[in-house]
Amino acid sequence: MLYRENGQFKTSYRADQQIFPITQDRVLILALLAFAFVAVPFLASEYFFRAILIPFLILSLAALGLNILVGYCGQISLGTGGFMAVGAYAAYNLLVRIDGMPLIVAILLGGVFSMGIGVLFGIPSLRIKGMYLAVATLAAQFFCDWAFLRIKWLTNDSSSGSVSVAGLNVLGWKIDSPAEKYLFCLGFLVVFGLLAKNLVRSHIGREWMAIRDMDVAASVIGIRPVYAKLTAFAVSSFIVGVAGALWAFVYLGSWEPAAFNINRSFDLLFMVIIGGLGSIMGSFFGAAFIVMLPIFLDNVPRMLGMPIDTALASHLTFMIFGALIVFFLIVEPHGLARLWSVGKEKLRLWPFPH
Amino acid sequence: MKLKSIALTAACMAAALSAAVSTPALAQAKEQFFPLLVYRTGAYAPNGVPFANGMQDYLKYINAKGGINGVKASYEECETGYATDKGVECYERLKGKGATVFQPLSTGITFALTDKAPGDKIPLITAGYGRADSADGLSFKWNFPLLGTYWTAADILIQHLAKKEGGFDKLKGKKIALVYHDSPFGKEPISLLQERSKLHGFDLQLLPVAHPGVEQKATWLQVRQGRPDFLLLWGWGVMNSAALKEAVATGYPREKMYGVWWSGAEPDVKDVGANAKGYNALAMQHGAEPNSKIVQEILKEVHGKNQGTGPKDEVGQVLYMRGLISSMMAVEGVKRAQEKYGKGKVMTGEQVRWGLENLNLDQKKLDALGFAGVMRPVSTSCADHMGSSWARLHTWDGAKWTFSSDWYQADDSILKPLVKQSAEKYLAEKKLSKRDNADCSS
Repeated sequence: MLYRENGQFKTSYRADQQIFPITQDRVLILALLAFAFVAVPFLASEYFFRAILIPFLILSLAALGLNILVGYCGQISLGTGGFMAVGAYAAYNLLVRIDGMPLIVAILLGGVFSMGIGVLFGIPSLRIKGMYLAVATLAAQFFCDWAFLRIKWLTNDSSSGSVSVAGLNVLGWKIDSPAEKYLFCLGFLVVFGLLAKNLVRSHIGREWMAIRDMDVAASVIGIRPVYAKLTAFAVSSFIVGVAGALWAFVYLGSWEPAAFNINRSFDLLFMVIIGGLGSIMGSFFGAAFIVMLPIFLDNVPRMLGMPIDTALASHLTFMIFGALIVFFLIVEPHGLARLWSVGKEKLRLWPFPH
Repeated sequence: MKLKSIALTAACMAAALSAAVSTPALAQAKEQFFPLLVYRTGAYAPNGVPFANGMQDYLKYINAKGGINGVKASYEECETGYATDKGVECYERLKGKGATVFQPLSTGITFALTDKAPGDKIPLITAGYGRADSADGLSFKWNFPLLGTYWTAADILIQHLAKKEGGFDKLKGKKIALVYHDSPFGKEPISLLQERSKLHGFDLQLLPVAHPGVEQKATWLQVRQGRPDFLLLWGWGVMNSAALKEAVATGYPREKMYGVWWSGAEPDVKDVGANAKGYNALAMQHGAEPNSKIVQEILKEVHGKNQGTGPKDEVGQVLYMRGLISSMMAVEGVKRAQEKYGKGKVMTGEQVRWGLENLNLDQKKLDALGFAGVMRPVSTSCADHMGSSWARLHTWDGAKWTFSSDWYQADDSILKPLVKQSAEKYLAEKKLSKRDNADCSS
């Protein structure tokens, strides 16, 4: 950025291992968090909360989960929508079937169930790779779609197959207004973001990356592929499951299995690819991009005073999406996160480059 | 350099976006804003497009005629693609622009919005779809399944079958298959059909078809094996024509197939053409009405001035009419509200809700609106948000839809307990209470 780390000497291992070793970065992040927690609830309009911020937060969380699997461990998964559905329906069932179930516990247990399913469908990853694994995880997606459509017990025998939750509250705090919902999701995101960041910096994260970069070499130096791959599946689907529960409870309120169909999986994969594989920051960029682009494309012609046909706008969105994904894969496979860091590097020298 | 330009574009985009969201365009003073949730893309587009055109054309027609007592109808479309999350986003976006009544146009979206509408004080019109139990206005203050629900539809179809067979007792032992779209839409009629099957002793076979319904081979294998006496088709979009093609391939007689009103329009049978001859479908009130007065008026006032939304030859088709009537109900709700709260004023959501709850479209009013012969009178009340449960059937003769039955009315003795039970379950789940009389009269 415009600042440099000059003169910031680290005198202990602790200082050296911080998430943000540069003071200015730390201050900026804390300021950003303070802004998100304190200022945004007063500034944003209802539409901004409900249509942009809340979906952004929840999908960032899901993208974060998927990024651990795809970006850090190199296991391509197309079952994300299914894992989200498991989280959502498990949390729903826990909430309606057990009296007095606290909301947060239900959501976290939803994640645990999703973790179980994730590990189960992750087992094939021990034998197959790449495209083949993607197809195997696709099976998870279709299996979950099928299960929540056809097994009536899972939807509490709802006649239409659509389920809903009402009256969300945590220890007496009623989560009702858009700002409260936003804060609730933000809380989850911050905790899981910190957790994920620390995980990928730890020995386990390094194991994942070793497996990603070359699994044979990794196993030669003593990393157990079984352990590394399955933990990646577990952590990833846990986070994705929690995101699914939040998506259902907080954003939709009432949902059917189609809310977690294959398109959701693709969307999340695109987020991770566009945002940046193997980057925590990238998950946020990707989610912001995918959530906002269609809304942006919808609004631009209208703002310019030349409304275009609804169908055309939606087809344009598809085309621009497709083009951008191809563009990123060719020009910058590391996605927006890489662009961000390149930008930061350049700005260090700005305005007097060599 | 490349990076610079990218960064620049990104910055411009971000700036434009923040401008877009920070200045929500509010409806102008003398305009009643009608949000239009439509789907012109995706698997359901062939049916969604005429529907959307009809909705929009009616508003254009109203404006051409001087608006609602002088208040201009403004509108904006939002593409939902039949997806619930997209629908919720559309709802939030258009709500901010001063929407006073929503038509979700998808059962899934209806379910999601049912929880949001009371908080935002915006009524939902789900004319012929949505939650069947929301006909109970005492439990669902903000939902208006005007002109019937899936339960009335299923009930009327069974009544028709019984009449054809010569009495309800003749249905005993018969096999009736329900081929349905595996979504809240397709599953809605099941509870009513099960009730009827218990009552009359027919055998109900449930055959789900996964979204979007292009692949139905497995389902029709079951039809071939089971050979049901009648087949009810609860499909939408491409699923309908696919089902008819499968019926042709399987050799299942089209005369024994009965579609719900979402399965009985021109796009559904067009591809199959003459092969679909004999296929029946429910016509909730109206069918294809190219000769009705309102259609002539719209051709003259809207299409005649090159203001039409869609192709001219689709005006008056089944789904176009459906969209037209949906818009008409919303406009009439506003008109009725104006009678109480001041003519020529822009109504709020709460006022429109009152208007919809006190609709009284008698034959005279319908004639004046140009809907003579298209539909029967509708009158709603606090307890009854449906207003009318009349319907008839029409049959495809290979080239057009023609009416093939008398008017039927859904059997209240079966419907009412089901609605009550389901509404109570909903209230209990949501920990809500019924409206009292004071709330009704306000």
